[in-house]
Amino acid sequence: MNKISDDISKDLKDQPKFTTDIGEKDQDHHSFDLGEQTTLKKIQHFLHGNPTIVPVIILILSVIAFGFIAGGKFFSAFNLSLIVQQVTIVGILAAAQTLIILTAGIDLSVAAMMVLASVFMGKLSVEMGIPTLPAILVGMISGVATGAFNGLLVTRLRLPPFIVTLGTWNIFFALVIFFTGSQSIRSSDIEVNAPLLHFWGERINLGGFVFTYGAFLMIGIFIFLWFLLNRTAWGRHVYAIGDDKEAAELSGIRTDRMLVSIYAVAGFVVAIGAWVSIGRVGSVSPTSFYEGNLDSITAVVIGGTSLFGGRGTIIGSLFGALIVGVFSSGLSIAGLDVLWQRFALGCLIIVAVGIDQWIRKVSN
Amino acid sequence: MDKEGVKLMDPVLVAKKLSKKYGKVVALDNADLELYPGEVLGVIGDNGAGKSTLIKALCGAVIPDSGEIQLDGNKVSFTSPIEARKLGIETVYQNLALSPALSITDNMFLGREIRQKGFMGKILKFLDQKAMAEEARKRLSDLGLLTIQNINQLVETLSGGQRQGVAVARATSFGTKVVIMDEPTAALGVKESRRVLELIGEVRSRGIPIILISHNMPHVFEVADRIHVHRLGTRLCVIDPKKYEMSDAVAFMTGAKEPPQN
Repeated sequence: MNKISDDISKDLKDQPKFTTDIGEKDQDHHSFDLGEQTTLKKIQHFLHGNPTIVPVIILILSVIAFGFIAGGKFFSAFNLSLIVQQVTIVGILAAAQTLIILTAGIDLSVAAMMVLASVFMGKLSVEMGIPTLPAILVGMISGVATGAFNGLLVTRLRLPPFIVTLGTWNIFFALVIFFTGSQSIRSSDIEVNAPLLHFWGERINLGGFVFTYGAFLMIGIFIFLWFLLNRTAWGRHVYAIGDDKEAAELSGIRTDRMLVSIYAVAGFVVAIGAWVSIGRVGSVSPTSFYEGNLDSITAVVIGGTSLFGGRGTIIGSLFGALIVGVFSSGLSIAGLDVLWQRFALGCLIIVAVGIDQWIRKVSN
Repeated sequence: MDKEGVKLMDPVLVAKKLSKKYGKVVALDNADLELYPGEVLGVIGDNGAGKSTLIKALCGAVIPDSGEIQLDGNKVSFTSPIEARKLGIETVYQNLALSPALSITDNMFLGREIRQKGFMGKILKFLDQKAMAEEARKRLSDLGLLTIQNINQLVETLSGGQRQGVAVARATSFGTKVVIMDEPTAALGVKESRRVLELIGEVRSRGIPIILISHNMPHVFEVADRIHVHRLGTRLCVIDPKKYEMSDAVAFMTGAKEPPQN
């Protein structure tokens, strides 16, 4: 036998022993880990498996806290239902945003998309005399198209979603100004020419609790998306793409096509939000909801969805939006300046992302 | 399984004169490969021998410049792993291609979900989670992997060997004709490697032939029925692990020794 191969064969005979050593070390390490299961670790694991728990706890605690700070006024049926009304639009935007963030993306253009869709609805029905339903349909198409446009840019040009939507945010906003000439469509004109646009703003009183139809629609959207995400293959693929895009591709998921469809569905949800927003605000204003993009991201992040994708729940975003609403309402009833509301919100975001990072460490 | 008995059957998968160049680098040079029913074919080769290009050509990740691939005697061609998979060539990748944040069931059926019957499934596209969980449990217990307690456990809570088990169970679940396993024991400790080698035997005993790519000679020699030695972009020889020593295989691989004529 050749001398070189002799040497190599000696090496080979040594190899199994070598790996045995590593194996034993591995096991030691493992049992060490199990022995050190502290309460904190258990909490970490529990939160990891139940990502919605954190926003639920924060929501409950903040309601209790503001109950003490702001007193009975905060707990009045009117105020509690007002909070729900106030978070309707951001809630719907957050629902759309959740879909995008679950894929490890981000959409800075949602609010601009929404205003653009509402401009189409208002412009066509109020100023061009087109029947309201077709005008709403055009607005819906605009939402789906702008969403799909984002998706196409992300998948075809392989640009990061942050950059794509930073660009389209400006583009959509410019289109809004172009179509409206910076003029609002007045509430009174809408009431006369296209009252259907105000439909979701109508209120019903349930024993002191005043809800808009739009608030129910928002809840409906969340339930619908929950089923979509958890009970259909499409939804499972949203998580799979956000978790590990390459693995999803190798599992046979057409990830590019899926991403475009996810952005389009988000656009559709945003367009529903456009209709609701007209009812909520009354008028169609080109400069409204300028902070809606960031507010929706805030709600999603506070709701426990990871910015790294693949982890989080749609219902969490609803809680996230409600937490923001509770903070704003509670702090203003307590008589604090608006600046402290923003201060508190900023702290909340950082805490939420910090908790997420900590929880994610479990998987390593 | 004895070598002569194997050879009497027609091969399941044949690669004929596959060539692939990357610029001036010849990765595959008229490479051949045959895989017979019910066997484990080990594929070994030094780094840069073109073994991974060969495997990628077989699983659809690389399109060869020339040559042909036959499956069950029919010429096939595919442009992606997904197309290869549809024809029954499943690959267990080294990184396993699992989604850690999804459950075992979700992973096993990813891209091939079972929908509910009737209106709920056809119109609303609802998944039949019960059927999928049952099927997943059955697949895993068929492979002797019932140590996994909860089928809806997230994959990230599993050990490396258990994940390998899930990936193998997935690869053998859908009318599979051939399983390609790329370095299945590379990231595992001794105990878990042992379990995966048993798993390979389990898959073979169910009649599914396996191509096993590995750098770990003892593992290849333990489970392979025949060993394909790849060198300089082509098949150098096929050896019977019972008739040769590991050192011989290494010598062939590195060119230190002339291969047998077969």
